[in-house]
Amino acid sequence: MSRPLFARELFNDLDRFQREMSSLFEFSAGRATARGGYPALNVGLSPEAVEVYAFAPGLDPATVGVDLDRGVLSLSGERVSPLIAKPSEAAAPQADAAAQATPADKTLVHQRERFAGRFRRVVSLPDDIDPEQVSASYKDGVLRVTVKRRPAPQPRRIDIH
Amino acid sequence: MSTTAVHTPAADDAVSASASASAQAARRRDDYAIQPAVDVIEDAQGITLYADLPGVPREQLQLRVDNDRLIIEGDIQLDLPDGLKAGHVEVSRQFYRRAFALGKELDADQIAAELTHGVLRVRIPKAAHAQPRRIEVRLS
Repeated sequence: MSRPLFARELFNDLDRFQREMSSLFEFSAGRATARGGYPALNVGLSPEAVEVYAFAPGLDPATVGVDLDRGVLSLSGERVSPLIAKPSEAAAPQADAAAQATPADKTLVHQRERFAGRFRRVVSLPDDIDPEQVSASYKDGVLRVTVKRRPAPQPRRIDIH
Repeated sequence: MSTTAVHTPAADDAVSASASASAQAARRRDDYAIQPAVDVIEDAQGITLYADLPGVPREQLQLRVDNDRLIIEGDIQLDLPDGLKAGHVEVSRQFYRRAFALGKELDADQIAAELTHGVLRVRIPKAAHAQPRRIEVRLS
């Protein structure tokens, strides 16, 4: 793939806004995370819109909150992990196999790297966005939010009477 | 309960004296790969592995078993509109790759996998002889 996924551009406004917001608003409940944490965000700007891509696998899209308030877009929800299944659910796959308990009904967690729990990430949007024109979709574990920008107002000549 | 059946050694791509050009290219590619976060759980019947692969559609996912190694690879495919300029970028690499050594007690031929909402779930059962069995004690 010759074209980079998201070619980096240094020192642009969106990136600066995001870094400032990161230090003020973001948290992951009960967990020290690297900058941002889950979900990771890519934010881009096209002539028509601001595009936000949140890398958020394993969500139920019906439970994700996408809110826009005074120019701040906020993405929130909870990622449920199968590791924290209730005991009755954890035993379900083996329910068919045997009515009697096997010697080793226990499970052993070898690795646990994936994020689980509540999350909230915020993006500060530029001034020219139209808050009525926000759409969101969830595909392959990526939550994509498109916020359209208002067209630049045309210069008008004012007549003098 | 057997010991760890799925290993993720840091230097999974072993350096051999006769490293071919393709092996070297693979290692360079590894420098640019995202290692997906995984959860690995073992139960009496086998291993379940969950890998986070957001952005990888079904057709870009490659799962293979090679010499007792499970290799997970997937290219990220995003819908990028024309004229998009990057603002804030936290994910700049374009594909995922991670390899796991499979323990001998696992039956790699019986691997099952499903990809849902960017989460890959892989199930590898243990070979029948490796599963714990209750032995019935009969009264004589």
